[in-house]
Amino acid sequence: MTQTELKTTPLFNAHQKMGAKLVDFGGWNMPIHYGSQIEEHHQVRKDAGMFDVCHMTIVDLLGSDVIAYLSRLLANDVAKISGKPGKALYSCMLNNEGGVIDDLIIYAMAPDWVRVIVNSATRENDLAWMRSQLGDNAVELTERDDLAMIAVQGPNARALAGKTLDDDIAGAEELKPFNALLINQGADNERFVARTGYTGEDGYEIVCTNEQVESVWNNLYEAGVKPCGLGARDTLRLEAGMNLYGSDMDETTSPLESGLIWTVDFSDPDRHFISRAALEKQKNDGIKYKFVGLILNGKGVLRAHQKVIVDGEGEGELTSGTFSPTMQKAIGFARVPVGAGEHCQVEIRNKLLDAKIVKLPFVRNGKVLAG
Amino acid sequence: MSDIPQELKYTKSHEWVRVEEDGTLTVGITEHAQGLLGDMVFVELPEVGESYEAGQDCAVVESVKAASDIYCPVEGEVVEVNEELEDAPEQINVNAYHEGWIFRINPSNPDDVDNLMNADDYTALVEAEEH
Repeated sequence: MTQTELKTTPLFNAHQKMGAKLVDFGGWNMPIHYGSQIEEHHQVRKDAGMFDVCHMTIVDLLGSDVIAYLSRLLANDVAKISGKPGKALYSCMLNNEGGVIDDLIIYAMAPDWVRVIVNSATRENDLAWMRSQLGDNAVELTERDDLAMIAVQGPNARALAGKTLDDDIAGAEELKPFNALLINQGADNERFVARTGYTGEDGYEIVCTNEQVESVWNNLYEAGVKPCGLGARDTLRLEAGMNLYGSDMDETTSPLESGLIWTVDFSDPDRHFISRAALEKQKNDGIKYKFVGLILNGKGVLRAHQKVIVDGEGEGELTSGTFSPTMQKAIGFARVPVGAGEHCQVEIRNKLLDAKIVKLPFVRNGKVLAG
Repeated sequence: MSDIPQELKYTKSHEWVRVEEDGTLTVGITEHAQGLLGDMVFVELPEVGESYEAGQDCAVVESVKAASDIYCPVEGEVVEVNEELEDAPEQINVNAYHEGWIFRINPSNPDDVDNLMNADDYTALVEAEEH
């Protein structure tokens, strides 16, 4: 694909001005870094950084049946947030066989309005599936490609972002984690501010119009928030133990073997979400793999698809891997036999290297948890 | 445009080669290559005393982003490796042509180095890749 065919976000000019190294990211011309991926990683862990996430897909669902619709569509239970405007919920959207079509966050906006943010690479597939499941439900599905999004993350992110947002944002300071606020609804300067993110640090994800996003970005920069590329976003989410769709799970893998059991809500026996029966069968038949963190004992770098060998139990595979800038060690996620203990070996270029199996996450709020 | 010193020789796979006074060849990766790979976090060095053919993979550099093989530019025996890279792989980012050198070989045939690209040819290659 040549440069000219790549899609660009409304922040493209801002990235060029700030010296971004741009790469083809799933068909989008996106910043991988602005100089050093590792410095940007530390910037988010220690201070505040911002990411262009305009490529992600925002979908608004409106209608009197929106809760009934999502109750069936999603593996997590929308009842946890229904009737609680501002609340957010992370969930998987599964196919009929229990494979993961995508992971997403839903936000309760109003009693008949739920906002859904899904991944960019899966956009068309997600929308087609969501439309195909509408049935007779009174739900209208609108893709909001008029909206843009910036993630501001780090221990100082909320304080710095608060300075740049209008007085109306005052309420955002009261926002609890995984809550959101809609400000100036319907006006040009509408802002949707959510205390969510993909780094393991505190912060906001700020949604505004495409027209206003460059000024929001520049104001954040003036306030001291540094631009960070998708390279740092990946090492941050890995340290934070957060799954990446397409690497850690996809339509061929079960959420029960992808570290996502906590997002599948079986508690209401009357809630017949898509593929519930298939997942219950998996549970009854016995889960064969568990999803764990790995830390390489010696030097080297863990990467996706490296083979994992667990003595006496069998083999597994890394789904993601990198070098952790915070821990200064190679870390990764792997699907390993359910009986695996604390030790395993990873095959890297025909050598077997010792690694430790740990619980995720590795790092949260600047602190190393797994070692 | 990245720095491409005139006095060095180059390969299509982005190694640079310096002919030392004793006839040995020092090898590293170019400024352009380190820029593409990004922050280096690990280097797997070749074994001293090991011989490699031209174009054979003999070392690996890994950035946060990806692993990349390093190819031996001409046939020869490794006589020295830059052990400092084991603890400070970022030297490749800081100064690819000096502190970032990776290994030194004694070429089987000293004339082989003439088959490598000169700075102008390599500049043209990099420009072609960037467009």
